[in-house]
Amino acid sequence: MLIRVQKEAFDFSAEVENFTQIQRGMGAIVTFSGIVRDTPDGDLKYMEIEHYPGMTQAALTDFAQTALDRWSLGDALVIHRYGSLKPNDMIMMVATAARHRVAAFEAAEYLMDYLKSRAPFWKKEVKQDGAIWVEAKDHDETALNRW
Amino acid sequence: MIDILYFAWVRERIGEAKDQLETEAKTVSELVQELSSKDARYAAAFADPSALRVAVDQKLVDFDASIIEAKEVAFFPPMTGG
Repeated sequence: MLIRVQKEAFDFSAEVENFTQIQRGMGAIVTFSGIVRDTPDGDLKYMEIEHYPGMTQAALTDFAQTALDRWSLGDALVIHRYGSLKPNDMIMMVATAARHRVAAFEAAEYLMDYLKSRAPFWKKEVKQDGAIWVEAKDHDETALNRW
Repeated sequence: MIDILYFAWVRERIGEAKDQLETEAKTVSELVQELSSKDARYAAAFADPSALRVAVDQKLVDFDASIIEAKEVAFFPPMTGG
């Protein structure tokens, strides 16, 4: 399991390649990456991502361990950035490795649902005419119910 | 002595990232009442507890959770990770 919370950018392709090469006996790798979405008006200057340093790593490790156990994964990777990011910058990525694809897909979705609503990150959109905190969406909260 | 941390708009509304205080409060709710009576900024930040989440010693809990022997309590809006 690899969990990283960092300010710096990361190289998605290199991370996927490394993650792939260290697996043994796995047949499926699912990856997801989240990028900074511009506003419909295209006026996002940057997104500020704040987190709770003491709690973040522990929370992500907890989610990943649950996914490993529940879907008998071979491995899981989570990288999540904080700080100022511009439109199209990669915010985070998840990778799961399993013997077969269904487990890899489901575990990746589980991790994403928990990252959205239970990992201590907060996003603020800074636009030309001011800044607003991104509000949590009800459907992200209800998405947890399926697990 | 207990550390109280604030994140995102809770931090901005209160104007502090952290407080330290001695408290008689036994639960998160009692702590919220105590903080709200400090001044208007705290009262504003805690006006609608349903808009807030709380962690005690870095674990998410409900507002009726105990803070007896807690070292750190954090208040923040619903998370928006991913």
